[in-house]
Amino acid sequence: MMEAVLKAMPDGQHYTVRMPAADDFAFWREQARALIQCGVPPEGVSWSEPDGTGDLFASGGDALPQPPDGARAVRANKRFVSLARNAILHSEPERFAQLYLLLWKLQSNPRIVEDKTDPVVRRVEELDKSVRRDSHKMHAFVRFRLIETEDGAEHYVAWFEPDHHIVRANAGFFKRRFANMRWSILTPRGCLHWDGKIMREGPPAERSDAPDGDPVEQLWKSYYASTFNPARLKVGAMLSEMPKKYWKNMPEAALIPELIAGAQAREAQMVAAGEREVRVRPQTLSAMAQVLNNCRDCPIAECGTRAVMGEGSSRAPLMIIGEQPGDQEDLAGRPFVGPAGQLLDSALERAGIDRASAYVTNAVKHFKFVQKGKRRLHQTSTAKEIDTCRWWLESERAIVKPRIILALGASAARALLGKTVSLASARGKPILLDDETELWITAHPSYLLRLDGSAREEQAALFAADLTLVRTRLTQLAA
Amino acid sequence: MAQQTILERLEILADAAKYDASCASSGTAKKNSLGGKGIGSTEGMGICHAYAPDGRCISLLKVLLTNHCIFDCHYCINRKSSNVRRARFTPQEVADLTLNFYRRNYIEGLFLSSGIIKSSNHTMEQMVEAARILREEYDFRGYIHLKTIPEADPELVRQAGFYADRVSINVELPTTSGLTRLAPDKDERQIEGAIAKTKSDIIEAKDARKRFRHAPRFAPAGQSTQMIVGADAASDADIVGKASRLYDNFRLRRVYYSAFSPIPDASAVLPLQRPPLLREHRLYQSDWLMRFYGYSSGEVQQVTEADGNLPLDIDPKLAWALKFRGTFPVDVNRAGKEMLLRVPGLGPAAVRRIIAARRHRTLRLDDVARVTQSIAKVRPFIEALDWRPSALTDRADLRSLLAPKSEQLELFG
Repeated sequence: MMEAVLKAMPDGQHYTVRMPAADDFAFWREQARALIQCGVPPEGVSWSEPDGTGDLFASGGDALPQPPDGARAVRANKRFVSLARNAILHSEPERFAQLYLLLWKLQSNPRIVEDKTDPVVRRVEELDKSVRRDSHKMHAFVRFRLIETEDGAEHYVAWFEPDHHIVRANAGFFKRRFANMRWSILTPRGCLHWDGKIMREGPPAERSDAPDGDPVEQLWKSYYASTFNPARLKVGAMLSEMPKKYWKNMPEAALIPELIAGAQAREAQMVAAGEREVRVRPQTLSAMAQVLNNCRDCPIAECGTRAVMGEGSSRAPLMIIGEQPGDQEDLAGRPFVGPAGQLLDSALERAGIDRASAYVTNAVKHFKFVQKGKRRLHQTSTAKEIDTCRWWLESERAIVKPRIILALGASAARALLGKTVSLASARGKPILLDDETELWITAHPSYLLRLDGSAREEQAALFAADLTLVRTRLTQLAA
Repeated sequence: MAQQTILERLEILADAAKYDASCASSGTAKKNSLGGKGIGSTEGMGICHAYAPDGRCISLLKVLLTNHCIFDCHYCINRKSSNVRRARFTPQEVADLTLNFYRRNYIEGLFLSSGIIKSSNHTMEQMVEAARILREEYDFRGYIHLKTIPEADPELVRQAGFYADRVSINVELPTTSGLTRLAPDKDERQIEGAIAKTKSDIIEAKDARKRFRHAPRFAPAGQSTQMIVGADAASDADIVGKASRLYDNFRLRRVYYSAFSPIPDASAVLPLQRPPLLREHRLYQSDWLMRFYGYSSGEVQQVTEADGNLPLDIDPKLAWALKFRGTFPVDVNRAGKEMLLRVPGLGPAAVRRIIAARRHRTLRLDDVARVTQSIAKVRPFIEALDWRPSALTDRADLRSLLAPKSEQLELFG
């Protein structure tokens, strides 16, 4: 039937359709339907923007034909309609013609929209895609600024510059989101005004019509700067999603250049602050003893005389770990030789543990103290210092590979567990470490030295009981 | 110490929250503020309102309620032994900040997490209170993501789910030994128990809504989790295995991978060297392969190298194709969807287009080129009407031909 209509058209007849509005899909649909019913082929019609641009045949053209009575209905599927409704918002003047061409082809091939390799389908899908992206960026990048109106009400006003004719089509999104807010979106392609009840449209606006600041922007900018991680600079990824053309209307974007410029420096600073000399783990105790003294990973290293290395057999089944060397240990360069060491020795002996067969060391290898007159007063190591020195302790563990570790006091326990535990709940039972070593925790002998009378007796008994448990366990494991 | 201003506290608490990778605001129930007295909408698709120079999307106001913490996790900037400035917000301040940002269209909503203050229950109560204020007092209908605390009372965690679109609990580290070493206060069984509980709460609430139209929604955007990459000895194979188990056992919407990055005042227990950011990217790609391309975790693990890690120079899909070349070439005119999805360079969208287009014609190489980003990548692995890759698939140097050329960074500005 269409064949007949086509033949009836005088050859070379040309029509021009001038769109009343750039985004008027209903009007385009009316015209396209009539033209197809009259059999006007795509090359027989040109489409122009409301201002006349895009009309290649500026002379205008013939008045549109009337569809003949009984002309066949024009077909289009849902997918075409939704595609066309959106693609028509594109700013490209050829969109009307492309859509008409696709509608024309659709009449003889109803499933053409499925054929993604067809050049017209591809072109229309590209138009659709860039309009969808523009709408999405409008949802994302509109920035409202609060102004007070004369009646004291809050009014939020934004300035946005879309690439395509998308303003009216996106009114619904902002209405649904900000239903109870009074707002205006000003753009060079027209404006939207919502007062909480009615949506009004206005003529194109200029940037100077919009407010130029809002105190909350200061908070937003500092949020933007704080949430940025300078250790992971990926400028390309940012630019592909937030191209520079949007920056001028986004208050936070003003910070970008300085954030990028400062990033490398901030990261370098963080790395430097956490920097320790990258060294190879020593494979023997004597190799470790040679390099230990050079360690400057934490400030304690500047105190005292020397780093105090552990002592004992590199194949000892038991490793005993104290907190840190004291005044006498620092001078002697050996662990547990002062008063606490003497107390430990006698307790070990009573429990039946031979100190000489154990490896004895400390969680922290340097003596931390404050000078008081002639005396050097012990200072407890901080969690950070213990964690820093843990590298050395782990080296000793890797070489000696004890079956049992006896940690004396909370600092030693932290060096092994990474957390601060309460002695009362942790003592008296083994804790299995990653490498299957059994960890037993008890008090530090210097704690006993600070107690008097019955308290000391009580604690000494607990200490002795813990050591006996360890001895029993050692015997079991050796069997 | 002088009272900190909101601005100062926001700086501290946003800085402290940024190591959580998730910023998704998608996939929740549709809602809007028409007919309400408040503000906000979620329409399915998430919106990224800005991008930071680290390339990450800013969709939500991501802050901590406080960065005071009684835990001492070594990878965490907020651990007890860390020497950072501390601050806290009241639930009301968080709600006000969220609304002030939302009204200006800066954000889709709130992602609230917290250090543990006083007790797990106290902290969870405060976080739920911030969400309650937003939902009940301001009728806020935007997106809320709450990080829940595995150690808190399950009833409190359940309340969080009624206010939030999404809830999440971080598994933190891919292996038990990593967790013991780096997060000594946390317990794997407790974490996974809490994730399992949330899963059953989600299923129960969905079921209730089938029977009662007004039954309350519970975390309609599901739950997610995060793992730190490169802070312990776990290999990519371990991580992929763990992620796959999490997806299978707990129906998680997402597993996020966060390459451990230098933090101020880092713990000495952490490794000295950061993992390459590319490693995190490869893990996300493998995650995609499992979720959208029909690969099993075992198949992804097949392409890991001797150290158990995925190759860095090529993506895991290409690595799989090169390793199992016998599977190729795939005939674009005959192959099923599952096989087409295995072709390097073809994503789900391109595969959909190919399947639709071949109902209309027998495809030539040019036709395939029209529906894909780069035909060069696809060509060695397909057959079309006018194309056979001949010896190309067998070439020993195919990997170097296809691996992206390393490029130098350009100057910015």
